[in-house]
Formats: sequence, C-alpha cells, structure tokens
Amino acid sequence: MDAIINNSIEFFKTVVEFAPKFIPGVILTLQLAFFSIILGMIIGLVVAVLKLTKYKWLKKIMDVYITIVRGTPLLLQLYFIFYGLPSLGIMIDSFPSAIIALALHNGAYISEIFRGSIESIDYGQREAARSLGMTKWQAMKRVVLPQAFKRSVPALGNQFIIAVKDSSLASVITITETMLLARQFGAATFNVFPIYFTAGVYYLIITMGLTKVLSIVEQKLKVNER
Amino acid sequence: MSMIEIKNLHKYFGDLEVLRGIDLTVDESEVVCLIGSSGSGKSTLLRCINFLEEKNEGEIYIDGQLVTAKDINQIRQKVGMVFQRFNLFPHMTVLQNVMEGPITVKKMDQKKARELAMALLEKVNLLDKADEYPAMLSGGQQQRVAIARSLAMEPKVILFDEPTSALDPELVGEVLGVMNDLAKEGRTMIIVTHEMGFAKEVADRVIFIHEGQIAEEGTPEDIFDRPENERLQNFLGQILV
Repeated sequence: MDAIINNSIEFFKTVVEFAPKFIPGVILTLQLAFFSIILGMIIGLVVAVLKLTKYKWLKKIMDVYITIVRGTPLLLQLYFIFYGLPSLGIMIDSFPSAIIALALHNGAYISEIFRGSIESIDYGQREAARSLGMTKWQAMKRVVLPQAFKRSVPALGNQFIIAVKDSSLASVITITETMLLARQFGAATFNVFPIYFTAGVYYLIITMGLTKVLSIVEQKLKVNER
Repeated sequence: MSMIEIKNLHKYFGDLEVLRGIDLTVDESEVVCLIGSSGSGKSTLLRCINFLEEKNEGEIYIDGQLVTAKDINQIRQKVGMVFQRFNLFPHMTVLQNVMEGPITVKKMDQKKARELAMALLEKVNLLDKADEYPAMLSGGQQQRVAIARSLAMEPKVILFDEPTSALDPELVGEVLGVMNDLAKEGRTMIIVTHEMGFAKEVADRVIFIHEGQIAEEGTPEDIFDRPENERLQNFLGQILV
C-alpha cells in the first residue's frame, strides 16, 4: 500500500517538475499545427475549385497530387522533403520542411472535404445564381462556397485534430516539438511513464481546446437554419 | 415588337429528342402560358431560353439579340427566372437575397440596391420579413421573395417554371396574386403552369406542348373552351375533372 502511495507521489512530482520544460515543445507543436492547418486550408480550397473547372488537365494534375499524398505515409513525405530534396539540390530548413510536408498532406485531405461539400450544394442554387447573370466564379464565390464551407466545418474539425497529432511526426526531422522533447527527457531520466503522460496531457489540452473553438464556430454559423 | 423569338429549336437528352422543332414568338407585354403533361418538354423549352439547358439546334433571339453561350451572362440579366423550388440563397436574409443580383452583377452601390430591394419587397408584401432568413418563411412567402429577387435585375422577360407546384394548396393564391399584378403592369412573362384557372384568367395566349412540339396554341378561350387537338382534349379531360 505504501509503495503505491510513494510511487504515485514520485510520479506526480516528476510530472510537475517536467511540465514547464515542455513549454517550448508545445509552442512548436502549436506553430506546426497552426501553419499546416492555415496553409492546408488554402491549398485545399484552391485544389477543390481547380478540380471543378472544365479543364481536364488541371483536374488530372490535382488528382495526381491527391493520390500521391493520400497514398504514401506522412513520415515518408517528411523524409522526402527534408532528406530527399537536398540530393536534387533543394535545401530547405527543418521547420519550413515540416510545414511544407504537413500543409501538403492536410491540403490533400481538406480539398476532398471541400469538394464533397461543394458538390453537396443543391444544383438549383447555382442555377438561381447563374440566372441572375452571375458568372460561374461569382456564383461559386457568393452562393456556393459560403454554404459549402458551413457544411464542411465538422469534417474540417476532424482534420484539424489529426493535423495537431500528425505534427508530432516532425520530430523525425530534428524539430524539438512535444514528442521529441518527451523522448529526450525520457532518455535522460529513464523515468519514461510520467514524462509521456505529461506530453499526452498537453496534446489533449490542445485538441480539446480546438474542439471547443470549432463547436463555437459551428453554432455561430448555424444561426440562419431552421 | 417581339421580345422573344425562337426558331426551329431542337434539344436532345442523349438519344431522346425532347424538343422537336419549336417556333415561338412572344411579343412585348404578352403573357404566355405553356401547358402540357409532364415530360412534354415545356420546362426544357423554358430552360433553353436562358441557357440553363444548352440547345442543340435552332436560334433564340431575346430583345432582338441572338442568344449565344458567349454573352449569356449579359443576356440572363434581361431574363428573370422563377423556379419551382424557389432556390433562395439560404445563407442570406430576404433583403440580401433581393439585393444580391444588383450588387454582384450590376455593381449597384449598397444604398441604391437596398432601396430597390425594399421597394420590391413592399410590392410582394413582405417588407416585414426583410431581415428574416428564407428558412423562416412559408413556401408562398419564399416564392414571392424569389419573384422580387428576379425583378431586382429589371428583366425584360420573366420565366416562371411551375412556380406554384411545390406549394401547399392554401399558399398558391398569394403567389398567383403577385404574378397577376405583374401581368397587369404589362410585363412580358412565359409561365409553365398546371394552374389552368390562372392560365385562363391571366394568359394572352396558351400553348399546349405535346412530345416536344407545339400541338395547339391560341387564346385561353380557344384552348380551354374549344380545344381542337385530340391530345389537348384528353389532357384537359384528365386535369379538369
């Protein structure tokens, strides 16, 4: 009995001791997640719209991009950009490499989320917009996209949470974000369990905060529905 | 003066020929009702006029101008369209729905567009709903907003594609009332409808379409009281029980 109590006290002592030391890593995790989500959204929107244009070759290129990104592990994509591209003469620092890889990765998934919600908008909406004399692009921008965006919020939330967790893979290209810090602290102290526990709590705090923000956004966007 | 002139219009859906050579002229201020059984091609004819369906053969002139794919956006500004299922923009208020065309397409300034939209909402008796979203409105109210939205572009012709077919029976009257007012103002209108009473009262000319062709046309009296075509007689017999 005493052993359990003593072990628990030791455990939480370690957690309290190491929690502040994680802050720089957590900040990097937040930065990776933030930039990869923002850039991923921009890439996703552009790709989704390009896929809906009448130019078959553009659609083909976008399909190739989505197929490659979705069909290979993110880990491999990170290695390719950070370790592979230099052999082609393209040197990119580790942080921008991570952002590029994560953004391209998220962009492919987000583009499919956007495409799905754009195609789910009743065709009559486009017809009504076009019959007022709007161009295709005006109808897309003013009528279809605002409605499609609202519909994609739940799926986007999912993807954002995946993006937060996927940012941990950036540790393999020397970025000392939360997971790499955990590994280093663990190796230094041999006290692995409380340290990984702390890292897990930080991830949970980030994803729960994100979920909260998204549900507020969703509620705000819902006002004009029955 | 003819507002719309259609010459030898053909339209295919795959192998199926839905419009088989339509010739039709509609004069300024004329109200034309298109009737016919479902699948006869009457809605397709309407949708070809503003290029929501691309015609396969034939020519369409609107206000003297040949309709081509190239300047369709400019021609559509002259041709209002009211849909069976309203197709209001659900993410905009009633007022924004009506202002949308003038602002986005005509680049009218906000203040002018607002004044115009308010005047039109007053005309369709919905001024008190200006700040509501479409989802809060009944079908009849939504359709009246849709009419106001198309009027905001100051069209030369308004096309109505079964404007009351999706409405509860008790809401049909308010929409037909607004359309009746428009007809009295001397607007050029082409109406696909199943409301024979309304066609009889408002139309200058009624056209019966059967299997993609104009089977009979004439004044409401000709069509409803003295139908000659056997198909038309059958059709009227079925709906005017």
